[in-house]
Amino acid sequence: MSVEPALQWPAEGNARVPYRVFSDPEIYHEELARIFLGPTWQFLTLAGELPTPGDYLTTFIGETPVIVTRGKDGAVHAMVNRCAHRGNLVCLKRRGHADNLTCVYHAWRYDLEGNLDSVAFRRGIAGKGGMPASFELKDHGLQKLAVDQFGDLVFGTLSPDAPPLGDYIGNQIGSRIHRVLHGKPKVLGTTSQILHNNWKLYFENVRDTYHATLLHSFFTTFRMSRLTSEGGVDIAEHGMHHASYTRNKIDRVGAAASDQLYAGIPSLRENFRLAEPGFLSMIEEFGDDTTTQILSLFPNFVLQQIQNSIALRLVLPKGPDKTELQWIYLGFEEDDPAMSALRLAQANLVGPAGYVSMEDGAVGNFSQRALPGADNQASVLEMGGFDHVSEENRTTEASIRGFWQAYRPLMGF
Amino acid sequence: MDIETVVQRLQLERLYADYAHCLDADQLEHWPDFFTEDCFYRVTSAENFEAGLPLGLIYATSRSMLKDRVSALREANIYEPQRYRHLVSSLRVVGEDPGGLDAEANVLVVRTMQDGEMTIFATGRYVDRVVPDGANWKFARKEVVLDSRQIDTLLAIPI
Repeated sequence: MSVEPALQWPAEGNARVPYRVFSDPEIYHEELARIFLGPTWQFLTLAGELPTPGDYLTTFIGETPVIVTRGKDGAVHAMVNRCAHRGNLVCLKRRGHADNLTCVYHAWRYDLEGNLDSVAFRRGIAGKGGMPASFELKDHGLQKLAVDQFGDLVFGTLSPDAPPLGDYIGNQIGSRIHRVLHGKPKVLGTTSQILHNNWKLYFENVRDTYHATLLHSFFTTFRMSRLTSEGGVDIAEHGMHHASYTRNKIDRVGAAASDQLYAGIPSLRENFRLAEPGFLSMIEEFGDDTTTQILSLFPNFVLQQIQNSIALRLVLPKGPDKTELQWIYLGFEEDDPAMSALRLAQANLVGPAGYVSMEDGAVGNFSQRALPGADNQASVLEMGGFDHVSEENRTTEASIRGFWQAYRPLMGF
Repeated sequence: MDIETVVQRLQLERLYADYAHCLDADQLEHWPDFFTEDCFYRVTSAENFEAGLPLGLIYATSRSMLKDRVSALREANIYEPQRYRHLVSSLRVVGEDPGGLDAEANVLVVRTMQDGEMTIFATGRYVDRVVPDGANWKFARKEVVLDSRQIDTLLAIPI
């Protein structure tokens, strides 16, 4: 199958990305069907966000609205938020608690697992009207997602072709999720950012190990992370997922040589100092000296550890040139007061006002604004060569190439 | 209302007007001066605030941290030229004790980018603790509680 109008992927393969994939409405429409509703697992919620049977929240897979519930059986269930009758939203609130799910339009009522319980005036009135005798409740439930958990992370898929969640994530990336989420997650707060760019431009940014210390002054100036620091990138088979990591205590070339290598690069602000730099130092909690780890799961989930700042990010497509970036900042129930205070102070590093991540809200938009006139051109991803395998090095675009390696077969490109 | 209350009210009105002017006129270096040394400042959403969640998008537990925010905006962070226009209204004193006042006010911020694009960037309220400082008043605590959970693109200049 190919998308019309057909897209010819450049011969250089994953080292080139045709700019049209970031702006073409038809390609975007195909992505919603083939990727977000296709054989991928989408992050839905943290299990702890639905503590009690009857708790529910609403979210999206791609642009498709979804309800996630804690059922009376104690398990997490998910279904498309679209009444089986005439397609109305069933749940209107972002979160709530209910005994059942009742559509406001005609009061069709579903149980917490999405099975249709009752239809208002199903038998009509005084023998007139009502549903035909052939109408069966069991044939008209909400469309259900398969749901599975990886630790406290709940994922769902609408595709019967998705592999089991554990196989989808794999051991290499899975162990990097476990090392960060080592306690019982406690939500410190949430926010969301509206980005005026295609969702893939943000996801490329997340997987771009090359940019971080060139764009973000805080990383470079305060030696929180540099390309000269010990570190690397793990890339899952088929390129799907990635985890980049830094151990900033070890600079491979030494501090002076690192400064020389960064000389003239704008992100090194030699005269910039903070009055209170204390919040930049880390309390060791992971037992492996890793000071930053940015992890992504195809197609749109991010787990971030920057020092002691931990956050989940969900990248929701809202149109060819609009994306909602949702943030869930985490601590753990086990945190002592010093750790709790540090996580809140370090939250200054990330999010829409983040000292480090503020620029990431803008660069995707700078890329999007440069797209007009580029329909027959492609970006260049040759840093580190042409492949997409794990490396003990971050001066590479291997994990971005891995994203396209996973993307292209699903899209037929 | 006795004369002391009227005077106090006018002083508070001036505090909020000066605060908004400072941010809108790009006098960010003076912004920390509106706060006490050991102040608390955060920007959060009504959703977080009502759920009792402690996160701040901007989060400071001292005036020095506010100064760092300003120097980062001036020297380190990258964002497009933009200006704010604060409209602050409905100032209310909701509590009073010998140490100071609890005050709240509505705030609306229109953001104008360099190409002229204008957005209603933020609406919400200030939930503040105001304490006397000589003849003036300062914020010992300022929580900017935004009605929306969404931030358009990025939040650079404080609110």
